[in-house]
Amino acid sequence: MTDRALVVVRAGALTTVQDQGRPGHAHLGVPRSGALDAPAAALANRLVGNPTDAAVLETTVNGCAVRPRSTVTAAVTGAPCPVTVDGRPVAWGASIRVPAGALLDVGTAASGVRSYVAVSGGVAVEPILGSRSTDLLSGLGPAPLTDGMVLPVGTPTTHHARVDVAPQPAPPSELVLRVTLGPRDDWFTPEAQHTFTTSTYRVSPASNRIGLRTEGPTLARAVRGELPSEGMVLGAVQVPPDGRPVIFLADHPTTGGYPVIAVVHPQDLPATAQATPGTPIRFIEVRRR
Amino acid sequence: MRALPVGDRALLVEVSSGEEAQALHAELLRRRAEGALSVREIVPAARTVLLDGLDDPARLADELTASDVPPAPPRARAAIEIPVHYDGPDLTEVAAHWGVTEREAARIHADTEFSVAFCGFAPGFGYLTGLPARYDVPRRSTPRTAVPAGSVALAGPYTGVYPRSSPGGWQLIGRTDTVLWDHARVPAALLSPGTRVRFVPVAPS
Repeated sequence: MTDRALVVVRAGALTTVQDQGRPGHAHLGVPRSGALDAPAAALANRLVGNPTDAAVLETTVNGCAVRPRSTVTAAVTGAPCPVTVDGRPVAWGASIRVPAGALLDVGTAASGVRSYVAVSGGVAVEPILGSRSTDLLSGLGPAPLTDGMVLPVGTPTTHHARVDVAPQPAPPSELVLRVTLGPRDDWFTPEAQHTFTTSTYRVSPASNRIGLRTEGPTLARAVRGELPSEGMVLGAVQVPPDGRPVIFLADHPTTGGYPVIAVVHPQDLPATAQATPGTPIRFIEVRRR
Repeated sequence: MRALPVGDRALLVEVSSGEEAQALHAELLRRRAEGALSVREIVPAARTVLLDGLDDPARLADELTASDVPPAPPRARAAIEIPVHYDGPDLTEVAAHWGVTEREAARIHADTEFSVAFCGFAPGFGYLTGLPARYDVPRRSTPRTAVPAGSVALAGPYTGVYPRSSPGGWQLIGRTDTVLWDHARVPAALLSPGTRVRFVPVAPS
């Protein structure tokens, strides 16, 4: 019997299993979850011949190291970083062969935040509501990786990788985020609305998979009182009582009681996954289609 | 009714009461079941229903605001019964707030038929309405760092049952052994929007 599994040798600061998440259950209070930099996760899968929705590892800042028990094809995408197999440098952003028992080490990101590690066959932990993603808000899905953990790996499809190297966007030195205003922009003063779309914010170190927090000018409310809880979308820019915008990412709560001043264009969200603390952010208003 | 655009693919439909939100939610579910509405998420909340993953939010906004929403049809399914030990640490305070004894507070709660207005906060956590407005209670001024799973709790107009241990600021009036969320069960959530619920007192053993 082939023992298809990955032994976690170095879990890293925060490494989780991610696929495309579990949308469609928000009415039960279940966040969507899924890879924050979805294009990078899909590319890693394509490089190893997996379907693009196979589960991969999402690292945070300092990578991780795993030892496959059987020979796998692997690929590391997302945040650029040194990659070694048994100590020998191999290519980042390309298809690589990791022999059974060898150590695949994904190093600290040279830029960006989250690297994605795909292996042929995909990480095959038990799906919950159709997804293998770790959801850090609600605790659904597998726990974050810990040293010594063993992760099952699926059987590779017979598909060969359709690409062996691929260009990837560099992690952003500045986040320029297109936004459409609303649904609750009228809860803010005209000055605050102007401030929001003309000021430079910075990525706060308190950011996580739930939300990208910002530092910068505060936004004053025109409407006092509480907003009754309402449904929240991915990319919603919610403004809590401290007046600093928070961009909702994959593990965001399904409902919330603070007003949403604007929503970030979905195509601009993957870059937020790779923005290090201190990165400047500008919100650019665009008209609705 | 107002339909507010949310990004390019979603619509937040705002109505004037919780009852209207529940009726609108029922109507949207009916349209989706008929194949007349293509949408990824329908998320009811206190005064709104969010529709996410729409092809043409502007057209749906026009349609919805031009039509009347029929009142929610009565639910054919019987109410789910949740056995409760009314012995929560905040029962005394809630009873005092209502101006009744603890025993009467438990009876008032258990005599009420609730329905799940919406879910949120955690998978399987329902916001249940049914108590008259005079029984609204404030949240605790200091939230607890850990509320045990199965706690039956009140805040504002809502009753909720904590599906798992978590921090919380609601007033705890009782506890149940009923499992609210089990991802290995189908359906995983015992409560979903529209579900009717009755709390059945368990005699102290």
